[in-house]
Amino acid sequence: MTSLNPDQVTAERLAGLRAMPTAPPAPGTGDGSLLDDPTVRPPLVLNNRTPGEITEIVCGYVENPPGKWWWMLFGLTSTLAGVGTIMILYLIITGVGVWGLTSQVGWAWDITNFVFWIGIGHAGTLISAILCLFKQQWRTAVNRSAEAMTIFAVICAGIFPGIHVGRVWMAWMLAPIPNSNIIWPNFRSPLLWDVFAVGTYMTVSLLFWYMGMIPDFATLRDRAHRRLRAGSRTLGTYLRAYVFGFLALGWRFSTRHWHRYEKAYMLLAGIATPLVLSVHSIVSMDFATAILPGWHTTIFPPYFVAGAIFGGFAMVLFLLIPAREVYPNFKDLLTLHHLENMAKIVLVTGWMVGFAYAMEFFIAWYSVNEMELYVFINRATGPYWWAYWTMITCNVVVPNVFWFKWVRQNPLAIWLVACAVTVGMWFERFVIIVTSLHRAFLPGEWHMFFPTTVDVLTFTGSVGIFLTLFLLFMRFLPMFAMAELKAVTPQGDPHRPEGGATEQH
Amino acid sequence: MAISDYIPFITPRAPRFVTESGAAVYGIVAEFATPASVYHAAEKMRDSGFAKWDVYSPYPMHGLDEAMGVKRTILPVLVATGAFTGVGLAYLMQWWMSAVDFQIVVQGKPYGAWEPFVPITFEMGVLFAAFTSLFGMLALNGLPRFNHPLFRSERFLRVSDDRYMIAIEAEDPKFDPEQTRAFLESLGGTDIELIEDD
Repeated sequence: MTSLNPDQVTAERLAGLRAMPTAPPAPGTGDGSLLDDPTVRPPLVLNNRTPGEITEIVCGYVENPPGKWWWMLFGLTSTLAGVGTIMILYLIITGVGVWGLTSQVGWAWDITNFVFWIGIGHAGTLISAILCLFKQQWRTAVNRSAEAMTIFAVICAGIFPGIHVGRVWMAWMLAPIPNSNIIWPNFRSPLLWDVFAVGTYMTVSLLFWYMGMIPDFATLRDRAHRRLRAGSRTLGTYLRAYVFGFLALGWRFSTRHWHRYEKAYMLLAGIATPLVLSVHSIVSMDFATAILPGWHTTIFPPYFVAGAIFGGFAMVLFLLIPAREVYPNFKDLLTLHHLENMAKIVLVTGWMVGFAYAMEFFIAWYSVNEMELYVFINRATGPYWWAYWTMITCNVVVPNVFWFKWVRQNPLAIWLVACAVTVGMWFERFVIIVTSLHRAFLPGEWHMFFPTTVDVLTFTGSVGIFLTLFLLFMRFLPMFAMAELKAVTPQGDPHRPEGGATEQH
Repeated sequence: MAISDYIPFITPRAPRFVTESGAAVYGIVAEFATPASVYHAAEKMRDSGFAKWDVYSPYPMHGLDEAMGVKRTILPVLVATGAFTGVGLAYLMQWWMSAVDFQIVVQGKPYGAWEPFVPITFEMGVLFAAFTSLFGMLALNGLPRFNHPLFRSERFLRVSDDRYMIAIEAEDPKFDPEQTRAFLESLGGTDIELIEDD
């Protein structure tokens, strides 16, 4: 270490010049976190990392330039995002006719994409709020990036209902603002409930994410100020000192502040928990309150919420498994034990979703409603059979490989399942929306839906926007909740010998 | 002419202690090596009757607020107030817009039926509660406050990394530069430093 750059170690490590010392894990425990004995808690941070080392690992990549891989990925995803933006502009200038929508199938890829993204956005707040209330300490390694992913997914979700209305410049009339037509929005419509639910969800997720980052911003600010005092005069140091300094709001790690902070965090978790459950329930009501066969079912709210958690966790795994490979030492903070826990949640929610699929079919038969039964048989055997069976394969069949321990403990296998689930969850929304719409009560109203190039490029564009935002997050913001991670290390616990305790409590 | 000439009640009090250079003393800080040592020092600080002091640690240390004897925060009451304000305003807004100001027949249902108002009422309750918990927490903490005498200390900037510190303010009635320094030393504090006020 030099006095000018107290993080020379990190700089060298990131440049591949040195590896941080690691101790070999005990045999049969994977990376040291996979313990067969259920009475022993696996370590949350491996290799005995001290609070100081956690700061180094997490801040190091924020303060140093990224590798070549980052620029390559960023170039790719921002190109996709740019193409998507051009497609959206083209749609606004020309009209919704550039999509494959018809008077029969009036909702297709647009609303499929909306429900797909908003569903993905549910894992973040679930991890931060519900797992926080259940005191699941392993959440500290994943909550920051899951919350970030939530916000980016909700941004992508917000695009589609906004642009599918046709006259985008009238979208402001969704808000209860006095207008020249004098009338107010229709508060009896689930579409308006959706506006409020998604708006609230976006705002609360943002507040939650920001509040969690305040102490970590302060850590980055203090590191930058220490460098300024040591004589560093680079633009990056100045920017970090002042931008993070502004965002940290002068946080100074006082225990009296921490007391209120923890209370506020618990309160936010407590109110965000019913919020997560309400948002996708309300999204499902967009469909369930319509009298269309295939949509008009009471199982929709719990079924949608389970599907959202399922798809959201798959996306968290999809993003974090590569992230822990590309950033050195991230494997110490995000262990195989964490991945196995998330794989178990994917398995459980996969079964919930499978149960919902089966129950829909059962009710369609049990209701003795000809139209309802027809829609479901048509889903499985009609012209969209391939979409239905892709959904069943990806969502119900594939996650069952997680019954095998070696699959749950293999990052590559988990990543492949996460890819399959993400595809399956997109098809689930496509099946629900398009197969219910494409055949109405009279055979003269039967039409197929065919996506146009603009449909496809707009969707890939939203994937590009999502991944671009996530790459920017990986580069510029603390990807782990440092303060929370330090609190769960044995070195940070005043009652453990590693934390300096001499007598037993 | 200072502002306090016009508004006499904000006249700053004369500092109780000044350094050799004449600057007012903010307080005294001591560093502690481990979480356990700062935890036990905090218990002794609480028992010796100091009023204006604080422990600084890089993360919320479990049980440290009880060891310090921090009073329970009033924040939950504020958040509940926020939640009920949101609920009330949302219901009132929907009822007034749908049933009073501009009545529209939707599916032949009563204008003021409460059932369809439930989702938005709930969402707005959550929204107001969330805003109150973040901004209420910041307000009770006196934040944002971008500058603070403690930031003058080079060692204090390492608290956000992995150090633990106790600070006692000169405003505390029991504060005395020499005795307090000796007391902090007896608790196991090292690198004791006098901090100047702004």
